[in-house]
Amino acid sequence: MARPMQVSRYWRHFREKYMLIGGKCENGHVHFPKRSVCPVCGSRKIEEIELSGRGKVLSWTIVRNPPSGFEYYKPFPLALVELEEGPVVLAQLTDVDPEEIDFGMEVEVVTKKIREFEEDGIILYGYKFRPPVE
Amino acid sequence: MRKAVIIGAGMTPVGEHWKLGLRDLAVEALLNAMDDAGIDRVDSLYVGNMVSGPFVEQENLGALIADWAGLGNIPAVKIEAACASGGAAVQEGVKAVLSGLEDVVAVVGVEKMTDAWPSDATRYLAYAADAEWELFHGASFVALNALIMRYYMKAYGYTEEDLALFAVNAHANGARNPYAMFKRPIKVETVLKSPYVADPLKLFDASPVSDGAASVIITTPEKAKELGVPKEKWVEVAGMGRAIDTISLASREDLLVLKAAKVAAERAYKMAGVTAKDIDFFEVHDAFTVMAALSLEALGVAGKGEGAKLAKEGQIAIDADYPIQTMGGLKARGHPVGATGVYQTVEAVLQLRGEAPSQVPDAEIGLTQNIGGTGSNITVNVFRRV
Ligand SMILES: [Zn+2]
Repeated sequence: MARPMQVSRYWRHFREKYMLIGGKCENGHVHFPKRSVCPVCGSRKIEEIELSGRGKVLSWTIVRNPPSGFEYYKPFPLALVELEEGPVVLAQLTDVDPEEIDFGMEVEVVTKKIREFEEDGIILYGYKFRPPVE
Repeated sequence: MRKAVIIGAGMTPVGEHWKLGLRDLAVEALLNAMDDAGIDRVDSLYVGNMVSGPFVEQENLGALIADWAGLGNIPAVKIEAACASGGAAVQEGVKAVLSGLEDVVAVVGVEKMTDAWPSDATRYLAYAADAEWELFHGASFVALNALIMRYYMKAYGYTEEDLALFAVNAHANGARNPYAMFKRPIKVETVLKSPYVADPLKLFDASPVSDGAASVIITTPEKAKELGVPKEKWVEVAGMGRAIDTISLASREDLLVLKAAKVAAERAYKMAGVTAKDIDFFEVHDAFTVMAALSLEALGVAGKGEGAKLAKEGQIAIDADYPIQTMGGLKARGHPVGATGVYQTVEAVLQLRGEAPSQVPDAEIGLTQNIGGTGSNITVNVFRRV
């Protein structure tokens, strides 16, 4: 994985990854990321919705043996976060003491660096979640 | 309708095969299965494999293996369904026989994992997850299963100790299997003392990175008779089911239900005309201890949230009501990912022929369940003694 990946591969998802844009079907089912068919009712009439980024920790783990490309960041917490609009999102937690993570802990979205590729490679940014900052 | 029977089974030991490559393992298992059936030609070959491209820079496995096994100009393809590739390949082989298009079909499952650097292996296995929405965030497969494990323990009040019992049972059975990677019984403490890989999941909650290949030969009863294969060797493929679920864990309707296994099992039970009660042994996909618990629930052996209770009550041992992992399961036999479903099939065949090293007494019907992804692609097969 030493070679930098194509920028286009990551850039095509920048709206989801920087702004948490999801989808909402005509029957009000909200999902993330946006799909062309609603997974609940099958409707294809789906509009974009910007999610608030506020949610609660559903489950979490501490990744100690990550896939290659993430060795530099280990160990890091990874969680399933249930957003207030309903969808569940998988993301890293940040700015938190691993000991303090708990079921139902309130979190908010923040844009952070996800990883760097090696020299001449691109730097990936995306959403992570942290305890709310007042 | 035609019937399908397995007339030959073969495998290599599971382990770290430094001296053998993917083709060596696959050819060895395949020739063992053909020798077991007493045949020297087949109509076609289906190869179960998950990630040979990244692991050993080799795709086109159909041509590679058929060529090197000397099978001539037959049709041969690779079947991929993540870690369920082996179970899926067996099903494709059976479908070819049932359709009437092919009479004698070989299936081989193979994976060569130890040629890769460990963190790269972790990455390749995560290719079965959703690349953009899971692997992008650094999720390993172990981590995704750890998220399920923590949630399962919280939902039903189980401890790490409770789930460790699945590993203990697998190792107890694997200790008697000459083909197993780990032939050593372990205690609950062994699991609890092993390091966290992704909390609360520990090294001994997980199956190992391994190399191996397994193979079966499938045909019809009529053809088996014509080929002169003694009836004691026949095992009927009585039922099959396969289904998918959302590829990413975050999109699951219920984190604690293996919906794909449920749907697949219903189909397999219906085709075989049996219920969970009729099954004498279960080879479930215990890549992680929590998956064994969830599998028992999805297969209708245990109620929701009660899979781990079966282990606590001692009901999963060879001589108990619901024997599972009779030859060690993924945990102790080893888990060469794309080969696992075929290993499970070979082990079911041995049990039903009465040739298993840890034999379930009078076993007549057995079930194998093979999970791809975090439950996103699952096959269930039911086998019956002829
Ligand atoms: Zn909808």
